[in-house]
Formats: sequence, C-alpha cells, structure tokens
Amino acid sequence: MDIIVCVKRVPDTSEADVKIDGSGKNIDLEDLTFDINEWDNYAIEEAILIKEKVGGTVTAITMGPEESNEVLRRCMAKGADAAIRLTDDAFEGSDGYAIARILHSAIKDLSFDAVFLGAQAGDDGYGVVGPMLAEMLGLPHATLITKVDLEDGKVKVHRELEGGLEEVVDINLPAVLGIQTGINEPRYVSIMGIRKVAKKEIPVKGLADIGLSADDVGEAGSKTKIECMYIPEVGEVAEMIEGSPDEAAAKLAQILKEKGLMG
Amino acid sequence: MEILVLAEHRRGELREISLEMLSKAKEIADKTSGEITAVLLGQGVKDFADTLANYANKVLLIEDPKLENFNAEAYQKVLSALIKERNPAMVMIGHTAFGMDLAPALAVELDLPLATDCMDLEIDGDSVFAIRQVYSGKVNVKVSFSGAKKCMVTMRASACQIAEDMKLGGAIETVDSPLTEDIDYKIFSGYEEAAAGEVDITQADILVGVGRGIGDPDNIPMIEELAEAIGGVVSCSRPVVDKKWLPKDRQVGTSGKTVKPKLYLAVGISGAFQHLAGMNGSDLIVAINKDPKAPIFAAAQYGIVADLFKVVPALKDKINELKGA
Ligand SMILES: Cc1cc2nc3c(=O)[nH]c(=O)nc-3n(C[C@H](O)[C@H](O)[C@H](O)COP(=O)(O)OP(=O)(O)OC[C@H]3O[C@@H](n4cnc5c(N)ncnc54)[C@H](O)[C@@H]3O)c2cc1C
Repeated sequence: MDIIVCVKRVPDTSEADVKIDGSGKNIDLEDLTFDINEWDNYAIEEAILIKEKVGGTVTAITMGPEESNEVLRRCMAKGADAAIRLTDDAFEGSDGYAIARILHSAIKDLSFDAVFLGAQAGDDGYGVVGPMLAEMLGLPHATLITKVDLEDGKVKVHRELEGGLEEVVDINLPAVLGIQTGINEPRYVSIMGIRKVAKKEIPVKGLADIGLSADDVGEAGSKTKIECMYIPEVGEVAEMIEGSPDEAAAKLAQILKEKGLMG
Repeated sequence: MEILVLAEHRRGELREISLEMLSKAKEIADKTSGEITAVLLGQGVKDFADTLANYANKVLLIEDPKLENFNAEAYQKVLSALIKERNPAMVMIGHTAFGMDLAPALAVELDLPLATDCMDLEIDGDSVFAIRQVYSGKVNVKVSFSGAKKCMVTMRASACQIAEDMKLGGAIETVDSPLTEDIDYKIFSGYEEAAAGEVDITQADILVGVGRGIGDPDNIPMIEELAEAIGGVVSCSRPVVDKKWLPKDRQVGTSGKTVKPKLYLAVGISGAFQHLAGMNGSDLIVAINKDPKAPIFAAAQYGIVADLFKVVPALKDKINELKGA
C-alpha cells in the first residue's frame, strides 16, 4: 500500500504569551518553538504502521519554507521512504482551499492508494484541507478517524462522533483519510535517527513545477481572507489566589473547606 | 437573502446545534431582511420538521432510506442539487463530526467560500464576517469571504444560544430525493458505543481533572493522591487519553463525557473549547496552571498561577491537615 501523508509544521503556543504582530493579521512567531502538527504526527505513524504490516511506501509532503524540512526529516526518521516540500513565495497567504489546491496539483499524478492527513491543524484549526483535497481528486474521504483496518480494496474506518460514540464506515481505496489524535502511539525519534536521514534529498517544488499560476495560490487563489487577529477580551476571570505555591495551596484548601468541598 | 440551515439529527434525536444555528440565522435574517430555510434530510424524521418550523420560514424535508444514517457523500449529492437550484446567500452547517466530514467537500463542489468552526457571524452591509478562534482559543480571527456574494459557514456547537419563543411557523415542503443510486464507495455500517469503565465520572461530586501539563504518566499518582485526599475522582483532558495515560472513560469534553460536579479542579489543562464544553456546567471550577493567559482561567472562579508540581503536593498536605483538625 502506497500512502502519501500531508504534514504541517506549526508553532507551539500552549504555554506561550501569544502576541499579534505588526500586520495585525498574524501572531508574532519570533520566540515560539515549532513542531509537527499533533494530528499529523498520528497520521504519519498510522501510515508507517500500515507499511510495516503490509508493505508499500510512505511519502511525506508539506507546503512550507525550508524550516519545514525538519518535520519531513522527522517523518523519514520514523520510517517514511521519501519526502517532498512545496514552496514558493506565491504560496504565502494561502487559505485552506488554496493549500488543498496546491497539494492536489502536487500529488494528482503520483500513484498512491491513500492520502492521510491530520484531521485538523493545531494552529488555525479549520480542518478543511483533507476533505477539500478529496473532492479535488474525485476520491471518497472520511475524517476524525480513530481506527483503520485494511480489507481487500477498501478500508474499514472508525469515525469519532460526539460523546464517545463512533461510527464504522467502509470506504473504497484510493481514499483520503483524516486522522484523529489517539489512534496510535506515535514513536519517538532519537537525534541519532534524525541524523541518519540528514543527507536524504528532499525534492523541492514551486509554482511552475506543479503547473499552477500565481492567481491560483496565495491570497489571490484563496476564498477567505483574514481581516484581523486579536487577543479575545476575557470577561470575568477567576479570582487569582496569590502567594507562594504553599501559601496559595493553603488558601485554596481553606476555601474548599469553607464551601464544604472536602470529602 | 436566503439562509439555508442544515438540520442535524442522530439516532432519532434532533441535535441542539440545529436550533442553535437557526437562532443565529434569525439574528442575521433580522438584519438583512432574509428568509430562513431549514433543510431536513433523513428517513422517518417528519416529527423534527414540526420543531424546525418554529425556527424557520420554510422547512424542506427530503426523506429517503439512503439518507437514514449520515453519509457525507449522500448528503453532499442531495445538498449540492438543492443549493444549485435555490442559490442561497448563506449555507450554515454544524461544526460537528457530521459537518466536518461534509462541508469542505461540498464547498469545493459548489465553489463557495467556507469558514469552519465559527463562534459568531457579523454582518456589515451585505458583507458577512466570521469570528473564529485560533491557537487553541488564545487568539480570535475575523475572516471575510473576499467580497463573494455567497458563502458557507460551519458553526461551533454551543457557541450560539437557542432563542426562546421562536414561532416563525414555517411551511413544511416535501421535496423528492434526487438520489437515484446507492453510494457503494462509502458505506455506513454501524455505530459503536464507548465501553463503560470501572468509574463513572459523571456521578462524582468532586473531580480532579488532569491535563497534558502533567507531562509524564509517572506523575499521575500524584493527582490520584490529591483526588483521594479531597474525596474525589480523577478525570482528564483528551491528550492524557490519547497518550494512554488514563482510560477513555475518564475523558471530559465534546468527544468524552459531560460532567457537572460540585467541584472541578483543573490541573495543567489549558481550557480548549472542546474540554470546557464538557465541564463548564460544574458548580465551582478551580484551575491550577502556570500560564496566566490559559483560557481555563476565564471559565474558573478561582485560579492559581503556578507550577502544578509545587501546588498539588502542598494542596494535598493542607487538605489532609484540615481534615485531621
Ligand atoms: C474533534 C475534536 C474533539 C476533541 N474532544 C476533546 C475532548 O472531549 N476533551 C478534551 O479535553 N479535548 C478535546 N479535544 C482536544 C482539545 O482541542 C485540546 O487539544 C485539549 O483539550 C488540550 O488538552 P490540555 O489542556 O490537557 O493540553 P494543552 O492544551 O497542551 O494544555 C496544557 C496546559 O498545561 C499547562 N502546564 C504545563 N506544565 C505545567 C506545570 N508544570 N504546572 C502548571 N501548568 C502546566 C500549560 O500552561 C497548558 O495550559 C478535541 C479536539 C478535536 C479536534
């Protein structure tokens, strides 16, 4: 089974003091650390697990600047056979639709049995690229997948619904599958492992290589536009219990006792 | 302008998102002298049409055994035919497991701009703007549809309030299903219920919710000790389950359980909307997080900004001390 996995490098903002940059349309990325999108990490793992079981190849593909190579190398260190990076100044400002279009142009002539993606990216969280790409490729798709079982010419997948419920769906291959977190246990890659693939060549493709024009991509090729970003005003926030950790803990214990919240 | 809202139902129940979206559609319709059309697809769902009629100027009902269970491919075929014919200014779908599978492909087929997971919609003249969250709720973004006259949006569950006393009395119109053949390349084969665990967190009066901030499964016992001291049970956020540090039946949130304890003590949880949706009905929420900007503090009544590894053991000791006193 030959699987293409689309991955994205995203900033980790979980503990960061996020600020809006001078354009007002993006966050200040300067002091942030980056990593593979959490969902994509499960997608690449699932593809490699399938390859290890039934054979075939895994190709990781990303749209992004040179720094994204580190994410592709991480995928190769885990077991991906090849990687492709799509980059062009014209890609700047692409929305999910334009990104799906870029990915579509890059992979439509490749041979594959499935395309895996994370169900969404942790930065902007639109979750549109997978199903849009499927529509452009004319392939069936499913998203929020928590289990993939291969059968003859098709896959049986579990889709996560709300409240712990799942649905089971049979999909013919080739198909586009959006992977949900928790589907597997992504392997750890050591620095040594990454060093081993440091010399592997990563082909780079630009606008002309994938047969698109500047009007198809970037802001011109996008259907939505960011007007502004802002830090939301938090209305009422918690009463902060001040003091050293010990003092704060003591005050909280007292509050809980007074409220009768102590078994 | 016509606002077309796709009603959502599952296993014989109309889902709340349907009325939430229709209530939001009413606000927009009032500002734009628009008309609301609810679309109801399924089999044996006529009863829902009566409820929807209160919230819409018109209900389009399409019944077909092929639409009995949700299948994005079948829904897409029916909706694209309907939308091409009616040409609505706005199509509204839920940002649910159902809408996430359906909307993006439908938008591409119809060449409509799409904004997903919207919390709110703003109208300025004839322009629509979507307000959504990015970076796990730390930043908001205002998105436009680049001047397009028509758009599609998916709305976040619980983001809009269901309007009270809506009595639009819309007419129910039955439309023939345009589906001619079975869809054999994507087949729904059944539901699978989550297995019941040994502890039912929905029954606990006190929950200590642990998040990714715990860092390592070896640190979970520290949380269990705190829970024991306070007479509560340990629950968790999704990443803790994804990493197999705790079983799925402990997960609180949209894809886990909804809990309403007397006390929810959130430790190392950032407060993503999918988590908040499962616990913001708790009587008292207390959060311990080292990031003062963590969204959880906006949901909590009390907060401690500090390293959980310092606060949790101290809190356990203090509680034991007070209990002994
Ligand atoms: C379809 C879908 C369904 C989902 N369903 C759910 C769901 O049901 N439930 C759910 O919880 N999530 C759900 N999620 C995931 C959700 O979006 C968030 O990713 C998740 O809730 C984040 O969990 P967290 O707060 O534990 O982790 P993070 O967001 O990583 O936050 C960790 C927090 O710990 C703090 N921290 C770190 N170290 C320390 C320390 N030493 N001391 C104090 N604080 C520290 C950090 O400041 C941070 O705020 C869902 C997502 C999707 C797409």
